[in-house]
Amino acid sequence: MNELPQQLANGLILGAMYGLIAIGYTMVYGIVQLINFAHGEIFMVGGFGALTVWLWLPEGFALGAAVPLMILGGIVVSVAFATAAERFAYRPLRTAPRLAPLITAIGLSIVLQQVVWMWYPDAKKDRPFPQFEGGPFDVFGANIQRGDLFVLIAAPLCMVALGFFVTKTRSGRGMQATAQDPDTAKLMGVNTDRIIVMAFAIGAAFAAIAAVAYGLKNGQVGFRMGFLMGLKAFTAAVLGGIGNIYGAMLGGIVLGVAESLATGYIGDIPGMELFGGGAWKDVWAFALLILVLLFRPQGLLGERVADRA
Amino acid sequence: MTALLEVDNLRVAYGKIEAVKGITFKVNAGEVVTLIGTNGAGKTTTLRTLSGLLQPLSGRITFDGKPLHKTPAHKIVSMGLAHSPEGRRIFPRMTIEDNLRLGAFLRNDKEGIEKDIQRAYDLFPILGERRKQAAGTLSGGEQQMLAMGRALMSQPKLLMLDEPSMGLSPIMMQKIMATIKELKSQGTTILLIEQNAQAALSLADHGHVMEVGKIVLSGTGQDLLHDESVRKAYLGED
Repeated sequence: MNELPQQLANGLILGAMYGLIAIGYTMVYGIVQLINFAHGEIFMVGGFGALTVWLWLPEGFALGAAVPLMILGGIVVSVAFATAAERFAYRPLRTAPRLAPLITAIGLSIVLQQVVWMWYPDAKKDRPFPQFEGGPFDVFGANIQRGDLFVLIAAPLCMVALGFFVTKTRSGRGMQATAQDPDTAKLMGVNTDRIIVMAFAIGAAFAAIAAVAYGLKNGQVGFRMGFLMGLKAFTAAVLGGIGNIYGAMLGGIVLGVAESLATGYIGDIPGMELFGGGAWKDVWAFALLILVLLFRPQGLLGERVADRA
Repeated sequence: MTALLEVDNLRVAYGKIEAVKGITFKVNAGEVVTLIGTNGAGKTTTLRTLSGLLQPLSGRITFDGKPLHKTPAHKIVSMGLAHSPEGRRIFPRMTIEDNLRLGAFLRNDKEGIEKDIQRAYDLFPILGERRKQAAGTLSGGEQQMLAMGRALMSQPKLLMLDEPSMGLSPIMMQKIMATIKELKSQGTTILLIEQNAQAALSLADHGHVMEVGKIVLSGTGQDLLHDESVRKAYLGED
């Protein structure tokens, strides 16, 4: 297990998932300067949306054919929750002091967890998620499970689509303008309220895709899964430079690979035997965040705040 | 001549502080009208209310025969009112060309947009030379040119310019004023806000002097330019 290609592959798979979720943090922050701490739960409800679709399908339905439907179901649920949160929880607070929406986000995150815990059938413990059958593929000496292949295909496709949307479409240019100067964007005719809803919706859709990847990888979804994944994805967004969509994906992959390499190799360093293995991986992930914040506070691809004025 | 813009007893407040206390003026098609006055007189507040960024407390704004005071900001530009805001407010991390394209955000006529971009480059050649450069790298005067060019991209019936000469070198300021003159000669209707009263009044058809939220004096540009109280208060003579 300690071979380098395997560790890198594990890190990449995990990191691509972080990156997909991080897009939601970074887009919303880039436009309304809000850290949407409920985004981890938007990811989580997407997982349950996808699971629900799977449970609705007749027995014996091929998983390969079901995945697109599950993605769709996850997206519908995540986007519905995220846009409702924007409309009813965040929009009324848009001119309030920054702390108010932040606390609202944390509250919303607790509410969403409890709603799933109470009302989703059997959600008090983790619910099994369908798995692809068959053994792993061998890629450059790394074993890639069939379920993990999903995120490795989905993440680059999502990034290309997002890049196209932001730079080539009218709404995307309106989004860039809103991020840089919302009042002036309005003067250009940009409906900034609609752009904000769009940012929440895109972030939620990406989170739902990440949730399907999470379910396929781990074989289960649970009402708590959004907490740590959300925190890691937020870390990835900051690491990459919050507000920058490519930074979010880069930050996710750097974080995932660093975590994976630390788990695999730190224990081999003489004197560090105690710190090896999976139990310490979160420590290394957050230590990396602290280092980046110390030496490059704007993140890997972030602009300095002075440039944003 | 029918008025393109009519402002009737407009009042605007920030919370409890009233910044504009009932002003009335109009702008006829083809005219240059200027609002002059010191900092805090309510000039920028007036413009921001006209373009929908602020909501009025009371009063009426009629533009091109339609009421404006209940229209959201993002719809006003499509009615033909363009606003080049105070401090230029270009989009710093976009290229010059993308900034201009944003000025045409609601237009669908691709060929017309390309033609107008070219027109902006003809008006301000420096923008054409640097079209692929991030707008934040331009000098203050060049950013002002970009802000004006961007506002013109919506093909406005009325162009509102808020302090276009602010913070510019005298040479750059002359250039900007010459451009406003050129736009005027092309028939563009302009509502101009300036602290530089001399420059503004000498090219305006009508002027209004604002003091703490009220219009205290109105007249043709030439009248005001020669008015004794204006010369004392705003042109630095005693």
